[in-house]
Amino acid sequence: MSPTLERHQTDLVDCMLDQINQMTENLKRCKKQDFRAAVHKMEIDRIRYVLSSYLRVRLEKIERYAHHLLEKDASVKDQSETVLSPEEASYAKEYVSSMESHFQKVVLQQMPEIIRGFDAVKECVRPNLESYIFLKVKEATPGVLLEDDTGDGRDEEVDLEEGSQYLMRYNTVKDLLQSGAVVFI
Amino acid sequence: MLGEKALELIKEMERSKDGKLPAYNDNCVRLVLEEMTALFQQNQDDVNATVAGEAQYYPGIRLRHASLERNKRCLLAYLYNRLERIRDLRWDFGNILPPEIRENLCDPEIEWFARYSKNLATYSRSLGEGSGLDLTHDIKPPKNIYVEVRCLKDYGEFEVEEGDVVVLQKNTTHYLPMSSCQHLIRLGVLQQVD
Repeated sequence: MSPTLERHQTDLVDCMLDQINQMTENLKRCKKQDFRAAVHKMEIDRIRYVLSSYLRVRLEKIERYAHHLLEKDASVKDQSETVLSPEEASYAKEYVSSMESHFQKVVLQQMPEIIRGFDAVKECVRPNLESYIFLKVKEATPGVLLEDDTGDGRDEEVDLEEGSQYLMRYNTVKDLLQSGAVVFI
Repeated sequence: MLGEKALELIKEMERSKDGKLPAYNDNCVRLVLEEMTALFQQNQDDVNATVAGEAQYYPGIRLRHASLERNKRCLLAYLYNRLERIRDLRWDFGNILPPEIRENLCDPEIEWFARYSKNLATYSRSLGEGSGLDLTHDIKPPKNIYVEVRCLKDYGEFEVEEGDVVVLQKNTTHYLPMSSCQHLIRLGVLQQVD
């Protein structure tokens, strides 16, 4: 849903994986013909699918915005504020370095020296923070400032009431998302 | 015309978007690089002349530099696009590529594929404190535990999760648990019967 990568939630992921493992263990101890085994197995499959899907989307976003995310995390001082988990960070680093070395090997080495430089900082893809997202308000927040696109100066101030749903630009509600006052739909 | 060959590469990628990854066009890439070297050489001569005091070559230098940059951008876009397609192949086919696809990749691309595979495997293993979760399974939400499949090719013997061994001969149908045959369905050996 989000145009960029949100903070990693390794605790939730680990917790769910533990539960899957536990349920699989329980199943092994049950008899095969037991009806409950089938139901539990479906449950396990569903949980595993949701988890897989979540992690896959994260990986996709990491691959797309790898350089930008690594840069952002490098500038964050507090380790608990990073967007990437340690494993994701090493995945991103390896991905970026494999891409760069591939480019170097195949074309850049044969180019004239003056062109050889590859400035990844300039060339990397940045997430579109202006894209619109659906959100639902959990805590009433008065006075959210919506900037006007056309620059006419028609900035609006909106009061977000609890339980209401909106379609807004990601940039406007970025901080509220972090704090949990609004959630994605 | 400057930059034509580079545009050809881009057009090739654009046209093959829906189909198979085309063979690595080594010839075209080499031609583009040769063009760039030639342009650069001409530019060097003109720059030397300009430094010596003749200002008339300046627009020519700018033009050649711009076309050098454009060629570089096209080449990098071509490579990047191919890498993206190869990455999708990893998610579709798993670790081992079928030979008809492998012959379309050049050596550095095969190396990149191996490196990417390894990276993905390391990451998958690191999830969940050592037990790992293979992310290439469960691409679609599970509808049923068991699924009816028809065999499209002769695969031989296949062991299902629960321990039963099934012989996969062409045109036979089987009723198997979804998790065991997901991979084979993606490879094309089995086909789901609706």
